[in-house]
Amino acid sequence: MKQFLSFVRKEFHHILRDRQTLLILLGMPIALIMIFGFALTTEVKNARFAVLDFSKDNATREITNEMETSRYFDLAAEIHGYNEIEDIFHKGKAKLILVFPPSFESQLQHVHNPQIQIIADASDPNVATTLTNYAGNIIMDFQNRYNQERKYPYTIQTRVRMLYNPQQKGTYSFVPGVISMILMLVCTMMTAITVVREKETGTMEVLLVSPVSPIKVIVAKAVPYLIISIINIISILLLSYFVLEVPIRGSLFLLMSESILFTITCLSFGLLISTATDSQMMAMFISLTGLFLPTIMLSGFLFPIENMPKALQVASNIFPARWFYQVVRAVMIKGLPLAAVWKETVILGGMAVMLLLASLKNFKTRLA
Amino acid sequence: MNEQSIIHVEQLTKRFGDFTAVDAISFEVQRGEIFGFLGANGAGKTTAMRMLCGLSMPTSGKAFVAGFDVYKQTEGLKRNIGYMSQKFSLYEDLTIKENIRFYAGIYGKSDAFIKDKTARLLHQLHLEDQANKLVGSLPPGWKQKLAFSVAVFHEPRIVFLDEPTGGVDPVTRREFWNLIYEAAATGITVFVTTHYMDEAEYCNRVTIMVDGRIEALDTPSALKQTYNASSMNEVFLQLARKAKRNGDEVKTA
Repeated sequence: MKQFLSFVRKEFHHILRDRQTLLILLGMPIALIMIFGFALTTEVKNARFAVLDFSKDNATREITNEMETSRYFDLAAEIHGYNEIEDIFHKGKAKLILVFPPSFESQLQHVHNPQIQIIADASDPNVATTLTNYAGNIIMDFQNRYNQERKYPYTIQTRVRMLYNPQQKGTYSFVPGVISMILMLVCTMMTAITVVREKETGTMEVLLVSPVSPIKVIVAKAVPYLIISIINIISILLLSYFVLEVPIRGSLFLLMSESILFTITCLSFGLLISTATDSQMMAMFISLTGLFLPTIMLSGFLFPIENMPKALQVASNIFPARWFYQVVRAVMIKGLPLAAVWKETVILGGMAVMLLLASLKNFKTRLA
Repeated sequence: MNEQSIIHVEQLTKRFGDFTAVDAISFEVQRGEIFGFLGANGAGKTTAMRMLCGLSMPTSGKAFVAGFDVYKQTEGLKRNIGYMSQKFSLYEDLTIKENIRFYAGIYGKSDAFIKDKTARLLHQLHLEDQANKLVGSLPPGWKQKLAFSVAVFHEPRIVFLDEPTGGVDPVTRREFWNLIYEAAATGITVFVTTHYMDEAEYCNRVTIMVDGRIEALDTPSALKQTYNASSMNEVFLQLARKAKRNGDEVKTA
């Protein structure tokens, strides 16, 4: 036990002394959550729009007003003829223009099918699609209210309800993704590097001559990174809950336990890499390209697994992150209990045990 | 086996594929001795030493270190030896104190022992002011002396030194050897490999390895007499000329 504690203390000295790395390890999750949460969102907020209103009646004013008060749009300009449209888009004054035909409200009351033209700047097609959808929804809402107020006959409307993520917030799906990414990076890569570093500097040789057992060396290496990972999980969850307003529907305890299980799986992976390589460069290379990239691509975080070719679907099974991602989504966003994710839990646990055994077996107590 | 011998080696051999790095060597080392292991690069010194430390599995032959069999009793063996590798093996990003504490800790020494001995050691090395400085900031000579002190900190019965003075200036080498003498005076057996022939003169007995075999083993003065040489360097050159393997030293000599 004394040997083990000396070892853990030493590992902490290493980590605490290397302030830059520590800062990166603890700051990266925060930065990633912020970047994904605010910058890489598919949501568009406060897009500028312009209005070309040929009728200027109550209805058109009300729609314009609705648009402007929504959090998605800001009124940038009112224009007075089709010839101004090009100019607006060229100068980037607006991304979307609403065109109301003459006598809009009287058409609405008598003919029932007035048309509003929505012109969007589709040089960025994703933004354009999103914005036209938003605008369409706002107009639809207006129409519903307008119909109700005036006791007009019902019109059939389709109503789509987005379960679990009613506002279709982009943030929801990436929080589990970021958690798996960070844990993978911190645990797998950092542990792999830290063990290999001892081989490179030659200190491993001295450790092998000492009476410390390999399991103590290996576990002691992993402990500090386990703690850093737990700090990271907590900071990610706090940030996503309080800043990005992503709800945590399931049990927080279950979520933490599953995260720790995944952390252990990643640590074991890192240890296995470290026993199989002799240089820090190689360890980093294997962790990044062999593990980190496929994890991002195949865990279902960026691309849905269901859409992948069969072969890749099968391949995705060997990456622990794939299972963990499903667990986090189920527990955090759908609020499911352990009973719903027991299969994934067992798989993750099994992977951890197998990887640990493999790295212990691989850890040579003799040089040759 | 001789009562006094702390290392007992019989026909010890190590092969890597077709290459025989160490070829059936036999020798005994007495308790408290400073035993030099000389040879050109590639003569098999390091491989032989690694087998004795339990770092490398022998292909055949017998070896007992401090009474422990290097094949089976590595646990006991490792508890009773100290080791200083060719590469500098302290952690440069830890302070002097932290390094000592760590290495003493993995040998299971008590806090009281560590504290007491650290104070004495720092005093002896005149490093009291630097105790909390990072090892990486020390000059190379100091690092070597510190590494040696750490290797014997847990009071092993034998300490193995693998070319401990490589790349160190002559003055520091002198100081380093003073440390070795001090350790030997406390009863620690010193097993040291080197290719500096002047250092061979400091040993009680020296072995000269050529191509994996022991070509000579005696006290420095006896060797000089046998080979009718004025210095260990001459003795070494006479023996090393026979080498078939191309160690760098041999070629330039």
